[in-house]
Amino acid sequence: MATILLAVPLRYSLRNLWVRRLTTVLTALGMALVVYVFAAVLMLDAGLRETLVGTGEVDNMVVIRKGSATEVQSSIDRGQANILSQLPQVASVIEPLVSRETVVLVNLKKIATGRPSNVVVRGLNAQGAGLRRQVQLVEGRMFRPGSNEVIVGKASAGQFQNMALGESLRFGGRDWQVVGQFEAGRSGFDSEVWADGEILMQSFRRVTYSSLVVRISDPSEAAAFTAAVEDDPRLPLQAKSERAYYEEQSETLSRFIRILGLSLTVIFSIGAVIGATITMQAAVATRTAEIGTLRALGFQRPSILMAFLAEAVFLSLVGGVVGLGLASLMQLTEFSTTNFQSFAELSFGFSLTPTIIIQSLVFAVFMGILGGMLPAIRAARLSIVEALRAA
Amino acid sequence: MRGRLCTWRRGGSKMLVARLLFLNIWRNRTRSILTFVGLMVAVLAFGLLSTVVQAWYAGAEAASQARLITRSAISLIFPLPASYGERIRHIDGVDQMTYSRWFGGVYKDTRNFFPQFAVDPSSYFAIYSEYRLSEEARQAFYRDRRGAVVGRRLAEEHGFQVGDMVTLKGQIFPGQWEFLIVGIYDGAEEKTDTGKMYFHWAYLNEELKRRRISRDPDSVGVFITSLSDASRAAEVSLAIDALFLNSPKETLTETEQAFQLGFVAMTEAIVVAIRAVSFVVILIIMAVMANTMSMTARERTSEYATLKALGFSPRFVAGLVVGESMLLAVLGGLAGLLATYPAAWAFQASTGNLFRHFAVSPDTSLMQLWAALATGLVAAFFPALRAYRIRIVDGLRAV
Repeated sequence: MATILLAVPLRYSLRNLWVRRLTTVLTALGMALVVYVFAAVLMLDAGLRETLVGTGEVDNMVVIRKGSATEVQSSIDRGQANILSQLPQVASVIEPLVSRETVVLVNLKKIATGRPSNVVVRGLNAQGAGLRRQVQLVEGRMFRPGSNEVIVGKASAGQFQNMALGESLRFGGRDWQVVGQFEAGRSGFDSEVWADGEILMQSFRRVTYSSLVVRISDPSEAAAFTAAVEDDPRLPLQAKSERAYYEEQSETLSRFIRILGLSLTVIFSIGAVIGATITMQAAVATRTAEIGTLRALGFQRPSILMAFLAEAVFLSLVGGVVGLGLASLMQLTEFSTTNFQSFAELSFGFSLTPTIIIQSLVFAVFMGILGGMLPAIRAARLSIVEALRAA
Repeated sequence: MRGRLCTWRRGGSKMLVARLLFLNIWRNRTRSILTFVGLMVAVLAFGLLSTVVQAWYAGAEAASQARLITRSAISLIFPLPASYGERIRHIDGVDQMTYSRWFGGVYKDTRNFFPQFAVDPSSYFAIYSEYRLSEEARQAFYRDRRGAVVGRRLAEEHGFQVGDMVTLKGQIFPGQWEFLIVGIYDGAEEKTDTGKMYFHWAYLNEELKRRRISRDPDSVGVFITSLSDASRAAEVSLAIDALFLNSPKETLTETEQAFQLGFVAMTEAIVVAIRAVSFVVILIIMAVMANTMSMTARERTSEYATLKALGFSPRFVAGLVVGESMLLAVLGGLAGLLATYPAAWAFQASTGNLFRHFAVSPDTSLMQLWAALATGLVAAFFPALRAYRIRIVDGLRAV
């Protein structure tokens, strides 16, 4: 008999949770809240990355001045832009596929608070919009070249005043008429306003571009293009793939969200683990006689240990699933804040990925095991005689 | 019997009741200690989060209402012509005027971010009297055009000492820029920010022309004016902006405090999220604590019935439950409150330059205490109600 390890049926553990409903609910609720915060932080970070990484195209390169970290800080003069457009790796359809862009930050008022925040206003040439395949007009039309017209990203339109079709924005000493709204697949462009590059330069009295966006003939040419820019003594510039550029833009904010969120979760989980321990401790204490009976029936110590651990794990799974359910509701909301690096408003969502689901459930189970371990060991170590006498 | 019990309760019995509460808590040691630790951690987390939110606003709180900031109406990235300064100075109500320009250089690595400003030393330090510079350092700074001064906190962080050469790589203004540190300034108050570096605007401007960098020469980022009478802030702001209205470079003037609050508003969503999370932690601990109290009360059902049978009123029995819960909550809350101070210190030490002023305020401590009391009350509510309502017969049968 000693050789056969009889497992206590799972139903025993499950039904025990059901019997003490209030306690189960309270403990699971504590865990659910912790899992909720844990999952929400990971989802926000994932959403931020998706937004900024999704902003880049594999075969686009961003060229900015050496030493600059953002397009806003950089400047490229016309001569440099002309040299760059002639590089052999640049794709061309009659004209080289190069967008000479002017990027400025403009202070506009938000709808929700009435307080101003910075919006990226991007001036592009005729090639510009075509270089971003994910951008689609959803309302109105494209701005006419050489006019004071702008099109606005969907997220900007939701966040800032005067961005509806037909309204106009005032900056740089002119009124800019909103003629269209575009969607960019939840990428960073959704938080921008686009205008004609040359007109934007004139109104801000600029003689240099901010950046050049270049389509290369093949993604494998990226390294060659970067090297060509690097090696040309006439070009004090740096080229990066568009993906890499936008990923860098998200670094600081992403790190901030993760560090803050995860240190919070660690602190909170202490509370939840304690809750689980209290609950399981009480479960063991009130069922001492029952445990004695189980032992007398021939269940071994490891079986008892597993039964109580299973109870704790079930408890935490309930918490984990409820917490994830709460967190998945966050997908319906948008988060909008100033990106530390670009100093401009950026909207992004909460994104629930399969990895996050698994991470959250593993985290919940981990809390359950941690909380249930001590009480389960205590239950397993009870001697039959003592336990039965307690009845 | 009943009468005697009543006088026993009213007389020198307070000590006895208190002893009963303590002994009750001590009966299930493991559970009480666990709950106590849970409460402590939650109150600690709540306090830390509130402090983070306050630190977010610290810049705005330290800012003055008697100073005005004039910047480009389009946005902060656009500079203004330095020639505006003289016209601003002559506006009625303006006492002193100075200017600064954001440099945005990188010291060794982008991780070492700290703000650097090109300023006019004598007028800048005259207006910003909260930056204390020794007379010697002040003279040295005025004399040396490549000289720079750094704040105490910044100096400690990077080990800057007077006499050091510091090289910055320009992000906005390309190239390498060398500065000689000639002084370290202290803050007049604890909350004064000493994390910035200042150098000569004239040096930057000359170099821009000499190196032929086409980055708006003869321009400044913001003009700062001090007022002879702080109550005229609104009027003077309007007067300044009116001066440049319909010019190619329009201005926007606001008090320094409003200017700083503008930065906070940009990251408002993060502040809101942190606030929300700090209330979630209180909810979590309420669930844990309520669980503890409901288990305690269930185990003692027969005891409560016995007390009632002895003639104690339902209110007294319910009071025992509430008292036990509150006692635990207050003990845990106080421990958490006290632990917040060393924790805040450790937090600031580990986050380095993220927050310039990070200190636990009395308000935060008060809020923590309230949160602990609320937790104790909410946790006791249902168990106390049950103890209040329990019928003696049922309770005794429960054994």
